[in-house]
Amino acid sequence: MPAPLPYEYKYLRSKKKFPHVWCPGCGIGIVMGSIIRAVDSLSWEKDNIVMVSGIGCTSRMPVYVDFNTIHTTHGRALAFGTGVKMANPSLNVMAVMGDGDSLAIGGNHIIHAARRNINITAIVVNNDNYGMTGGQFSPVTPEGARTATTPYGMIEPGFDVCNLMEGAGATFVARGTVYHIIELDKIITRAFKKKGFSVVEVLAPCPTNFGRANRLGGPVEMMKLLKENTINISQAKAMKPEDAHGKVVRGVFVDKVSIPYQERYDKLCEKARNSAGASR
Amino acid sequence: MIVPWGETRLIQGNEAVALGAVAAGIEFFAGYPITPSTEIAELLAKYMPLLGTKWIQMEDEIASISALIGARLAGAKSMTATSGPGFSLMQEGLGYACMAEVPLVLVNVMRGGPSTGLPTQAAQGDVMQARWGAHGDHPVIALAPSNVIECFEMTIRAFNLSEQFRTPVILLPDEIIGHMRERITFPSEGDLHVEPKPVPNVPVEWYEHYHVTASNVSPMACIGSGYRFHVTGLTHDVHGFPTRKEKEVVAKMNRLKHKITRRLDELEDVRMHDVEENPVTIFAYGSVYRSALAAQAMLKKRKKRVGVFRPVTLWPFPDRTVKEELDSKEVILVPELNQGQLIHEVERMTSDSVRVVPLHRIDGYEITPEEIVNAVLEVM
Repeated sequence: MPAPLPYEYKYLRSKKKFPHVWCPGCGIGIVMGSIIRAVDSLSWEKDNIVMVSGIGCTSRMPVYVDFNTIHTTHGRALAFGTGVKMANPSLNVMAVMGDGDSLAIGGNHIIHAARRNINITAIVVNNDNYGMTGGQFSPVTPEGARTATTPYGMIEPGFDVCNLMEGAGATFVARGTVYHIIELDKIITRAFKKKGFSVVEVLAPCPTNFGRANRLGGPVEMMKLLKENTINISQAKAMKPEDAHGKVVRGVFVDKVSIPYQERYDKLCEKARNSAGASR
Repeated sequence: MIVPWGETRLIQGNEAVALGAVAAGIEFFAGYPITPSTEIAELLAKYMPLLGTKWIQMEDEIASISALIGARLAGAKSMTATSGPGFSLMQEGLGYACMAEVPLVLVNVMRGGPSTGLPTQAAQGDVMQARWGAHGDHPVIALAPSNVIECFEMTIRAFNLSEQFRTPVILLPDEIIGHMRERITFPSEGDLHVEPKPVPNVPVEWYEHYHVTASNVSPMACIGSGYRFHVTGLTHDVHGFPTRKEKEVVAKMNRLKHKITRRLDELEDVRMHDVEENPVTIFAYGSVYRSALAAQAMLKKRKKRVGVFRPVTLWPFPDRTVKEELDSKEVILVPELNQGQLIHEVERMTSDSVRVVPLHRIDGYEITPEEIVNAVLEVM
């Protein structure tokens, strides 16, 4: 008798849509696994889940999961998601995007989604470059790094995604990596449960493009870099600043209470109706 | 009651569009402020919370049309309003909505262009952008109202057509129509046909988001109704999943085309005034049609008779009717608030023996009846 399939399979369009498009050593599939485990732990119904994405490697994820899925235009996942969430607030809406998708062409949408506090979870898979188009630099490519469009090294400073989102008003901001999977599962679960706009930045390797251009080694070496170059937030607090220098901090940076847009809108409708009633 | 059913009022074109949207059952509006369309967004910001329907001002026009598509996929009848520069930004989403076959209504109150152009003044400069603004072959339905009651009625028709054809519909009033005020009598509520959202009647496991039907339009489930499906701007198969298989690609592209070209009778809307009996015809739409009718009356007094031909549905262009009615004419005068856009379609559908004469006005002002009269006298 064949072994029963892992429970993750019931969330996948496993019979039709595989193999997936991602390269060997890519981290995006691991993020998909985390999302599925988080959904399962919350017992969300597949019918009530909407996964929206933009364009790029990460944005191919919706094809593989058996939710309501929308693969939109480049950068617009959150704008589409805003429409979905407003039209039917009972849906659980998540947006999966790459770093270029969410922060360059979609930069305007992500800051306004955060400011508005629309009740959506944004998952930003940060692999330091545009993978799908062949490894060009993105707004998070580290200074000095080589990419297809920075043959002499990157001269622009990059965004700190978590700082940007905190500044824009997100109610939940966290960072994880595809190496620290148990931690990532927990972070994504918390983000899904959060009322308001929540953002999870996930550091992931792109061995095919970024890794090769910068001689960072193969998938295994790049995974080791995630292990060695990151520290969690409590480690960071305990460390001397000079020891923590150059390390990327993982963990939950913002977890605050703020009324989501939808609730504010419902109150506005009530107010409008009351004042219209009073003026009659 | 927001729509003053059966009553007579003095209202503005843009106001009539907003009221038409309410009459058609709008459930979601997303927009970005732009002259000369702002009254539509402002009035809906007032009306929609009263109805408990959703209104949002987005960060730009691209976000607005994107939100519209998301909202309609989740089941809400959606509309936005903009003008030339915003219309340019919306082409991305418009193409997506054509490809993914999402009904929505886009009102473009046309102002002078290109670029920032003449923000407060009238033009008919976006006629070709409406047809070919989005990249790739795609179906387009565009309607041009010529007065205030038509702004009301045609907004409802735009919603209905978008649901019937499962595609975006563009309403193209020029600034003159959007900002003019007229006394209009609203119909009574019962006289109005509001197209319901099409829903599938098959079990969930049989559902195909792009099911092939005789009309080339597939019933459309909405997100959250238990039908789970995938939507993408990539060329896709009947289930909505990306495909590069030649047969599936060609089938999709042809179905997009045929859902319009094989149902032209339902879309065509032309108005003809004394066209048949006169060798000279004025071909005009939007605000210019009003001047054309006035010019026709002025010429009649001078014992000069001309016809007036008006396309109400600009896209798809009424090819067959133009061929049948206008190919035998001596002269067709085409006054437009641009440097010549729809005139090329008239030329395309008529023989070389027909003189097709342009009359342009591009300074932001209306084409007056006198200008048309003079142009007619010159060619007669």
